[in-house]
Amino acid sequence: MQIPLLPAERRAEFDAGLRHRAIRGGIAVVAGIVLVTIFSGFTVSLIVAALVALALYAVPWDLLRFGRFVVPAAAIILAILYPYYRDDLFQIPLFGVFPSTDTAVTMTIFIMMAIGLNIVVGYAGLLDLGYVAFYAMGAYTAAWFATPHFSEYGTHHIGSVGVSPESPGFHVSIWLVVLMAGLFTAIVGVIIGLPTLRLRGDYLAIVTLGFGEIMPQIARNGDDLFGTGFNLTNGAQGINPIDPPGFGNAISSATGLPSDYLSFNADFLGKELGNIEVFYWTALALLLFTVFCSVRLRDSRLGRAWVAIREDETAAAAMGVPLMRTKTWAYAAGAFFGGIAGAYYASFKGAVFPDDFFFNISVFILCMVILGGMGNVWGVIVGGGFLAYLNQEGLGNIGAEINETFGTNIDVPLYQFGIFGVILVLVMLFKPEGLIPSARRKAEFQEGVSDEPLYDVQR
Amino acid sequence: MATQARRLPLPTLAGRLPGYVMPAIAFLLVALLVVWLGVNLYKTPSEFYGLFLIGLTNGAIYGLVALGYSLVYGILELINFAHGDVFMLGGMLVATMVSSFGLAGDSGAFLWAMILFMLVIVMAFCAVINTTIELVAYRRLRHAPRLAPLITAIGMSFILQNVGLVWKGARPTSVDSILPRGEVFSIGGVAYTWDKMIVLLFTVPVLVVLVLLVQRTRQGKAMRATAQDRDASAMMGINVNRTISFTFFIAGALAGAAGLLYALYITNIRYDEGFRLGLIAFTAAVVGGIGNLPGAVLGGLLIAMIESFNNGLGWATPGSDWTQSIIFGLLIIILVFRPEGLLGEQTPEGG
Repeated sequence: MQIPLLPAERRAEFDAGLRHRAIRGGIAVVAGIVLVTIFSGFTVSLIVAALVALALYAVPWDLLRFGRFVVPAAAIILAILYPYYRDDLFQIPLFGVFPSTDTAVTMTIFIMMAIGLNIVVGYAGLLDLGYVAFYAMGAYTAAWFATPHFSEYGTHHIGSVGVSPESPGFHVSIWLVVLMAGLFTAIVGVIIGLPTLRLRGDYLAIVTLGFGEIMPQIARNGDDLFGTGFNLTNGAQGINPIDPPGFGNAISSATGLPSDYLSFNADFLGKELGNIEVFYWTALALLLFTVFCSVRLRDSRLGRAWVAIREDETAAAAMGVPLMRTKTWAYAAGAFFGGIAGAYYASFKGAVFPDDFFFNISVFILCMVILGGMGNVWGVIVGGGFLAYLNQEGLGNIGAEINETFGTNIDVPLYQFGIFGVILVLVMLFKPEGLIPSARRKAEFQEGVSDEPLYDVQR
Repeated sequence: MATQARRLPLPTLAGRLPGYVMPAIAFLLVALLVVWLGVNLYKTPSEFYGLFLIGLTNGAIYGLVALGYSLVYGILELINFAHGDVFMLGGMLVATMVSSFGLAGDSGAFLWAMILFMLVIVMAFCAVINTTIELVAYRRLRHAPRLAPLITAIGMSFILQNVGLVWKGARPTSVDSILPRGEVFSIGGVAYTWDKMIVLLFTVPVLVVLVLLVQRTRQGKAMRATAQDRDASAMMGINVNRTISFTFFIAGALAGAAGLLYALYITNIRYDEGFRLGLIAFTAAVVGGIGNLPGAVLGGLLIAMIESFNNGLGWATPGSDWTQSIIFGLLIIILVFRPEGLLGEQTPEGG
C-alpha cells in the first residue's frame, strides 16, 4: 500500500519508526488507561483520548510531507474545541477533573508570559527576575485607558464597547489597548535595558529584581504620587472596572463576532457559549500569535544572534554581533509579550490590584520556563500550562484529594511557592535542560559552556 | 577578598561620559543628602538622634547578614539567595529557645550565659543549614552555566521560607523581650538603650575575628586563594571543596548570630522576613563592594541609616512607603555607575 505524501525511499524508515513507536506508545497508553480506571473510574473519553494520543505519537509524522504540521495542527484544533469536550473528559488520578475553561484562560495568558520571558532567559540567556514589572505595566495600561479612572481629564471614547458613552475617563478599545500595552512595555524594557544590560549574569538578575520590587511599590503608593496628589494607580484598592474586549455593534451584526464579551451569549454547534469561551478563544489567538512570533524570531538573524550571545559572549562580539543592541532587542521583545498578556489579563479579570505583582510571580513565570525547557517554545508551553494549572486549580484539587484520603487537614495551596522552589531545585539539579529541552540548550547544560566574562583575563 | 588578577579596564556607562560629570553628580547627591540631613537635624534634633541610633543598630544586623553574602560571593561568585532565609530560620530557632527555656523575666549572669549558649546553638544550626545547602544545591552545579546555581539558590530560598511557614505559621512569631532596655547614656534627650548596645557589642568582635580569620589564618589564606583562582589553588594542594564548605559554614554562622540579635532586638520574626532582609543586606554588600568585608558592614550601616531616616524624618522625606524603592533604586544606581561598590575593586560583572 502506498502511503500518500511519503517519499518511497523513506518507506522503510517510516515502517520501522511506526513499529517502534507503536509498541512504546501502546504500552504507555494501556498503562495509562489501567491506572486511570483503577483510581478514577472508566469512561469512554479515556479510550478516545488514548487513541488520539497514540495516533499523534506512534505515526512518525515528521517523515511525511507537510507532516511536521500535523502535531501542532492537532494540538491547535484540540485546544480550540476544548470547551466542547471538557465536560465529558475523564478524571485524572490525584489531579481530579480537567481544568475549567476559566482556568484555561488564565493558563493561556500565563503561557504567553512564559514565552515572553523565554525570549529573554531562554534565547538570550539573560536572567530576568523582574518580569512581573512588564506584566504589571501591561495591566496598568489597560487600567488607565479602559476605565473611568482618569475621569477628571474628560470623556474620551475610542472604539470602546460595553460601557455607556457617557462614562468618563479614557475608554479605548481593548484591542488597541493590548497593542499599546505591548509597545509601552517594550519601550520601558528598552529604557530599563539600556543602562542595565551592560551588567552580566548575577548583577543583571539583581537589577531586574530591583525593578521588580520597585514596580509593585509604585503601584501600591501611586494614589498620591510623591505627594503631588496625582492619582496614578489608585493605591491598594486597585482600578476597576476595566472594559471588556469586543468588536462593537457594526462588526458584530456584519460578521457575528461578539460585540462585547461580557454580555455575550449565544448558541453555537450545540453548546451554549458565554463570555468565558470567547475570552478563551481570544487568549488562544493571542497565544498563537505569540508562539508564531517567538518561533520566527528564534530562526531569524536576531534570534541566532541571541543564541550566539548566550553561548559565548566573547565569541559573538568577535564575530560582529552588536552585544548591547541584540540584548536590548531581546528585552524589548520579551517585554512586549509580557505587556500584551498583562493588558489582556486585566481586561479578563476586569480589575488590577498592586498585590498581583509581587516577586513571587516573577519566579513563578521563571519556573515555567525552566520546568518546560529553556529556549524551547513547546517545552515552555507545557511547563507554563502545567504550573499555571497547578496554581489555579491543581494544588487545591490535590490538597483536597490528599486530605480526603489521609484524613489530614493540610492547606496545600498555601505552600505553593515551596512546591515551586522544590521544582526549581530538582529540575536544575537533575534535568537542567528542562522536560522538553531544545537540543542545543541540552548540550550547553551537559557539556558546559565557557561562561567566562569578557574583559577578564584570568581563567 | 576580591580577586587581585590583572584586568583590563571596564567600559562602564560612566566611562563614556566626560571625566568630570560623574564626580560632579556624586558630589551633588552627597551635598543634597547633607542638606536634607542638616535641615532635619536642625528642625527635630531629638528625632534625628533617635533615628540615628536605630539606624546604627539595624546597620549592625544588616552588616552581619551582608558579610555572609559577601563571603560567599567572593569565593563562588554566586548570590546565595537562601542566605536571608537561613537567617530567618535562625531567628525562629531563637524564638523557640527563648520560650522553651522560659527566659522571660530572667536577668543577671544566668541570662547572659543563656544568651551566649543560644548564640552558639543558633550559629551552629545556621552554619549546618548553609553548608548543607551548598552541598545539596550548589556543588553539583559548579561547572554548569552560572544561571543554574542562581536558579537553585532562588528555589532553596523558597523552600526555606516554606519550612519557616510550616514551622511557625504565616503570622509573625513574637519573641519574649529578654534584653535589658535600660539607658546606657543619652544624646540630646534620646536614650541609648542596652539592647541597642548589645547588638553592637556582638557585631564588632565578630567582624574583627572574621577579618583576622580571613587575613591571618591558613584557612583564610586558602579562602582567598580559592576566590582568586579555583583551579590554581587546587593545584597548590588546597582542598577547594572543603574551603568552599568552610566559607558557607562561616557565612551561615554569621547569619545565625544576626538571627539571634534580630529576634532578641526586634522581638518578632516572620517567615518572609528573611527574604526581605536578605535583599536589603545583599544591597548593602553591593553598595560596600561585594567581596569586601569592611565594605559589607559599611554598606549595611549606610542602608540602615537611609532606611531609618527615611522612615522617621519629617522634612522633605518620601516616607516609609518608599523605603524599599529607595534602597533598590540605590542598588540599581550603584550597579550601573559603580558596580565595584564604594570600597570594592572592579569586578567583571560590571563590564
